[in-house]
Amino acid sequence: MVDATDMVPATAASREPATMLAPKKKRPSRAGAIVRYGLLIVVGLVMIYPLLWLIGASFKTNQEIFSTPWFWPQNPTFQGYIDGWQTSTPYTFGRFFFNSLCIVVPKVIGTAVSSTLVAYGFARFDFPGKKLLFGVLIATLLLPDVVTRIPQYLLFRELGWLDTFLPLFVPQWFAWEAFFVFMLIQFLRAIPREMEEAARVDGANTMQTLIFIVVPMLKPAIISVCLFQFMWTMNDFLGPLIYISSVENYPISLALRLAIDTTEAFNWNEILAMTVLALTPSLVVFFIAQKYFIEGIATGGVKG
Amino acid sequence: MAELQLRSVEKTYGNGYKAVHGIDLDVEEGEFMVLVGPSGCAKSTTLRMIAGLETITGGEVRIGDTVVNDLVPGKRGIAMVFQNYALYPHMKVTKNLSFGLRLKGVAKPRIAAATDEVSGILEIEQLLDRLPKQLSGGQAQRVALGRALIKSPDVFLFDEPLSNLDAKLRASMRVRITDLHKRLRDEGRPATVVYVTHDQVEAMTMGDRICVMKDGRIMQVADPQTLYARPANAFVAGFIGMPEMNLVDAVLTRDGGVPQLTVAGQTVAVRDGLAGRITAADGPVRLGIRPQHLDVVDPDAADAFTGEITTTEFLGHEVNLHVRLGGEPLVAVTPADDTTTALGRGDRVGLKPRGAKVHLFAPGDEGENISLGTH
Ligand SMILES: Nc1ncnc2c1ncn2[C@@H]1O[C@H](COP(=O)(O)OP(=O)(O)OP(=O)(O)O)[C@@H](O)[C@H]1O
Ligand SMILES: [Mg+2]
Repeated sequence: MVDATDMVPATAASREPATMLAPKKKRPSRAGAIVRYGLLIVVGLVMIYPLLWLIGASFKTNQEIFSTPWFWPQNPTFQGYIDGWQTSTPYTFGRFFFNSLCIVVPKVIGTAVSSTLVAYGFARFDFPGKKLLFGVLIATLLLPDVVTRIPQYLLFRELGWLDTFLPLFVPQWFAWEAFFVFMLIQFLRAIPREMEEAARVDGANTMQTLIFIVVPMLKPAIISVCLFQFMWTMNDFLGPLIYISSVENYPISLALRLAIDTTEAFNWNEILAMTVLALTPSLVVFFIAQKYFIEGIATGGVKG
Repeated sequence: MAELQLRSVEKTYGNGYKAVHGIDLDVEEGEFMVLVGPSGCAKSTTLRMIAGLETITGGEVRIGDTVVNDLVPGKRGIAMVFQNYALYPHMKVTKNLSFGLRLKGVAKPRIAAATDEVSGILEIEQLLDRLPKQLSGGQAQRVALGRALIKSPDVFLFDEPLSNLDAKLRASMRVRITDLHKRLRDEGRPATVVYVTHDQVEAMTMGDRICVMKDGRIMQVADPQTLYARPANAFVAGFIGMPEMNLVDAVLTRDGGVPQLTVAGQTVAVRDGLAGRITAADGPVRLGIRPQHLDVVDPDAADAFTGEITTTEFLGHEVNLHVRLGGEPLVAVTPADDTTTALGRGDRVGLKPRGAKVHLFAPGDEGENISLGTH
């Protein structure tokens, strides 16, 4: 497959006739390309400008922020970062980062492991009641989140888990997000079973087949799952708002709001600076894993 | 290194479809057994039951002295080569080869030695560091073969391993596999092989014995010569041989001990080689005669059918003549010479069956051969 795609430009180039017509033909398409890319760049800039502004503004002084819509700071300063990091609480912003990490890491791992297990079960095994169970799983996709908020709250209160991180990640250890399970199942369906059968003939048991054969083949999809979960969790505001009450346990999303609440005259530069910091992990992770992410979403990107 | 026995093996799929109807098959130690048959006749199903990839819903499969019905594939002492190679896409060739041994916890030096040996035999040494997607089809199939070989299994199972390769490569791989089988036999570690194919050339050239299947039943198990010369029924007769054997409805009568066959109103006496073999009474039969065993003679010659040519196919050394005999089509293969090449559409020819090569079958698609004699 790799060879085949590599071949295409080569043959296309060699087939081009070496006549006077060729350059003439090319010119309009080049102009077209300029228009197309120009348009894309303009639209792209419009989309990304708020982000650029955010980053620029985080280096501005509080007075400058609202005086000009231009994003470039006149007198760049780190004051927003320095003050913002200290926060108005006894904790630095580092504490909140750490709290977020305490939620995100177990949540992402739990999601990946449990979703993979459940998807493998549904995609590869026949068991009594499979259709019904799968129907129930998909039905939960359609269930609005709000409906389950209150029963869940009561449940976790009974368990004594309020104001801990547990309610925020323990459910995810049980393949809570049907969307991810569904995504992995779809991906698995596109992978022929023969590799797994070969592994069984080679003496692998079900778990070994999963770990050594299925998971590596599912890698792009699993990475997408991790990424989605990472970004959603970093941005999740409602979950922590419901379950976390003491400031020492606040994750970043709550901590950002804290800055707005407590100060009468908002220090926008501090808030923006911390927002930039809060965004950084998601952005970094996304760009590192971008290749897999796109592969994972384009289901069926498996050699057939 | 062990014989394989199937005893009234059945398979009913989850949806209630019965794919295999009680198969009995014995494969001797070191034997190369080919399963052949048309698409959907349950060759793969049978093979996968031997491998343990499908449950056995009736009967018994034995490898050596062990009933393996309830053993997982890894414990049956088998290795399998799949049609689509089924190499592990994320592992380099070395790791693909050694995966089974690594799972078993075989010591590293022994794995390395085994990898060396197998890659030497299959000439894949220079591919060891590649990923499967960097291999050509033929190379991938050799690696898949190596992955089976490295485990020194009791029984090798192949499911149409060559059908993804082009004709030339298929021919060379065919030879490679049979050579390998002979080599293992000569080295004193004979490999029992079950090889599934729908290609009769593969079946005839590779198999020590061939098992012809149809609709989940065994039609005949025999060595290639027997299968060709003494087909057990009309299905086997039609399945083996190129071009296909002519099978036409006929009526058998006898005139003073000389069998007479009436096809489409023409009655022809078959004077030698047939009378002693017939084991049925007079009546409707199916006449089976290979195109190579119909001699082209003058129209209206004695003891010959006369028909009209519809098509001729010139193949260089031979000519295939398609002849209509009333409503019945017949094909004759005849050496290309001046007279036969000159024949064309609309010409009338005589076709004389060679008595010793005539087969008679009971009516029906799977009519039993009634011209095999009494022994
Ligand atoms: N999982 C299944 N469920 C139900 N029926 C099946 C299943 N797998 C195969 N069959 C049916 O069983 C029969 C035998 O299938 P099998 O794959 O063994 O045929 P085959 O001889 O290998 O054919 P081919 O030459 O096309 O590979 C077919 O009629 C097929 O439709
Ligand atoms: Mg098959």
